[in-house]
This record gives sequence, structure tokens and C-alpha cells, in this order.
Amino acid sequence: MTDSTSIFPKKIVVLLVLLVTLILLLPAAGLTFGDPSTAVTDQYYIQNSQVATGANNVVSAIVFDFRGFDTLGEACVLFVAVLGVAMLFRRVRK
Amino acid sequence: MIANLPFIAIALLIGIAFAIILLKKNMIKMVMGIGIMESAVNLFLITIGYREEGIAPIFTSAPEGSVMVLPTVQALTLTNIVIGVAATALMISMIMIIYKKYGTINSDKMRRLKE
Amino acid sequence: MTSGLIIRTAGRLIVPLIFIFGFYLVAHGHLTPGGGFQGGAVIATGVALILICYYYKDGMEKFSPAKNFKLIEAAGLLLYICTALAGLVVGSSFLFNWLNASGGLFGHAVAYGINAGDLFTAGIIPVLNFAIGIEVFGALSVVILYMFAGLGETTREEDEAPDPALLRKGKKGEKK
Repeated sequence: MTDSTSIFPKKIVVLLVLLVTLILLLPAAGLTFGDPSTAVTDQYYIQNSQVATGANNVVSAIVFDFRGFDTLGEACVLFVAVLGVAMLFRRVRK
Repeated sequence: MIANLPFIAIALLIGIAFAIILLKKNMIKMVMGIGIMESAVNLFLITIGYREEGIAPIFTSAPEGSVMVLPTVQALTLTNIVIGVAATALMISMIMIIYKKYGTINSDKMRRLKE
Repeated sequence: MTSGLIIRTAGRLIVPLIFIFGFYLVAHGHLTPGGGFQGGAVIATGVALILICYYYKDGMEKFSPAKNFKLIEAAGLLLYICTALAGLVVGSSFLFNWLNASGGLFGHAVAYGINAGDLFTAGIIPVLNFAIGIEVFGALSVVILYMFAGLGETTREEDEAPDPALLRKGKKGEKK
């Protein structure tokens, strides 16, 4: 009773974990560290971020200008998560 | 092979995190496993954007004539970190409420939906 | 939750520095490593330090009660959305960078290539940085404060009460 897992038997879990790890080792065979093969978009961002947005920090330019919609969604996710935390603890603070 | 060590580390980290999530019954440890998996994904994103001898993609007082690492994956990592913090806060809050209600954080015991 | 004199004194010294450093990270987000998310998180650690140094009743409620942080968080998100919508009115599209190279606030011309950095460049990016900084600061502070309250913090009077058995009874009574 203390050790039994009815949903996930231990052997199957171990096999599954090994399988996932092996699949995730495929990038190690295919990719080379330190030499990204496709960098067209990033090269565009690096070359044009100062002209298009005026920001020296390319990451800031991407986060707040090129992909500002993403950041808006991210802020909304953070807002909703905090709303959830506040709702969970609402009874404690009256 | 040794040059690809970061990718091997990512695979091992995700495997460990997967095993923790599936095997552990303490819910705090499950959340820790999810945190390890987040960190592995962050490491993966940073690793695929790394260039040999690259500097941070910032033009302010940068050294002359050096290549920059890829900026898009760094922006995605920033997103991932913030979402991870929000999700972890929510999960920990739920576990705190569960502990208050059931007196246990064992996922097998609280599954029975009574005290 | 007790904290000694050393922690309180050190906290009083360090908290303003943490706030200033967080503000610097937010304000220089378009020039140096950093930005709204990181700066907001740093400022929220200052709030956590205040909470560790003082009791909620003694320190935090005087500094600012938890509902203020909720308002701060909502204000940050609203500032982001309003700045984005202003791009729709002034310029051509949602999130249009309408302040860039306008000559006004944050509208100085940029020296292309490697430069020393000018604070008043990059158009709406610093504004959005501030919006996100305010939002993350409020959000993480609310999370910290509510989790702290959810732990059932003891007040200073309870900590200084002589009999621990009495204290436990009092807390059980509170739960119901």
C-alpha cells in the first residue's frame, strides 16, 4: 500500500524515462554547440534593431518591440496567476 | 562528443525531472521536478543560441569586431522564466491549501478526497 | 517570525540600495543587461527583505498594505496596454513605436553601431520597461505577502507571550 502506484508501475516509468532521455540525446548528435545552423531571423534582428527601434539592447528590442504581443500575453499570464494566488488565500486575510 | 556536453546535460536533466515527476509522491518534490525541467529547457534555449566567442547582443560599449550570440532565444528564455515563476507560485499556493485541508502532501493520500 | 537587531539594522541599510538597483535595471533596460522583468524582481526582493526584518503588522502594513500592491500591479498592466493602444491612435498599428526618433521624450536620434548609450532613446521601449517593471514588482510582492499571510504568521505579541502551550491553543482557535 505504501509503495504501490496503481497508475504508473515502476518498471514502465523507468523504461519511459530512459526512452525520453535517449530521444533527447538526438540533438547532441545532430547539433553542434557554438555554431547555430539557422540564424537568419536573429541576424536580421541584430542588424536592424537599432534602426527599427533605437534600442542598444537587442533582447529588449525583441521583447518589447518585435514581439511586444508576446510580452503582453506574458504579463497577462502573470496577472492571472497572481489573481489565482490571491483567490486561494483570500479567506486567510480578511 | 565532448563539445556537445551541454546537450547531453539537458537530456539527463530532463530525464531526471521526468522521473521525479512520475515517481515521487511528495507534491513539493513534484514541483521541484517541474522546476528542474524548466531549468533544462532554459539551458537548451541558451545553448542552441550560442556562437563561438560570441558576446551578449548589446551594442552599448561592445568590443569591436566580435560576433553576437542569437538574441531571439534569450528573449524566449526571459518569457519562460517569468511564466515559470507564475506557475510555481500557483502550484505552491495550491499545495499550501491542500496541506491545510488534508494535513498531508502525499498525492496518494489526498486523492481520496477526505480527511 | 522573529528577527534580531542585526538583521533589522542591516535590512534598513540594504533595502534602499536594493530599490535603487532595481530602478536602475528598469530604467537602463534598453541600454544594458536588464529590463522590466529583472528590475521588478529585484525590487520585489526588497519587499521580501522588509517582510523578513519586521513583522507584517509592524513593518509592512505601515510601509504599504497588500491591497496597494494589487493596485500597483494592475496599474502596470494598464500602462502597458495604454501605451500599446496609443500606437494605434498616433501611428499605424498596435504597439507601434510612436516615440522613436520623434525628438521628444525618449526620442533622441540613435548613433548606429557600437556607441556609449543615450538614456533618452528607443521610443516606447523604456515606457514599456517601466510598465512591466511596475507590474512584476507588484505581482511578486502580492505573491510574497499572500503566501506569508497564508502561513499563519505569529505577531510579535504572540512571540513574546510566556507560555507556548497557550499560544498553540490560541492559534487553533483562530483557524476555526
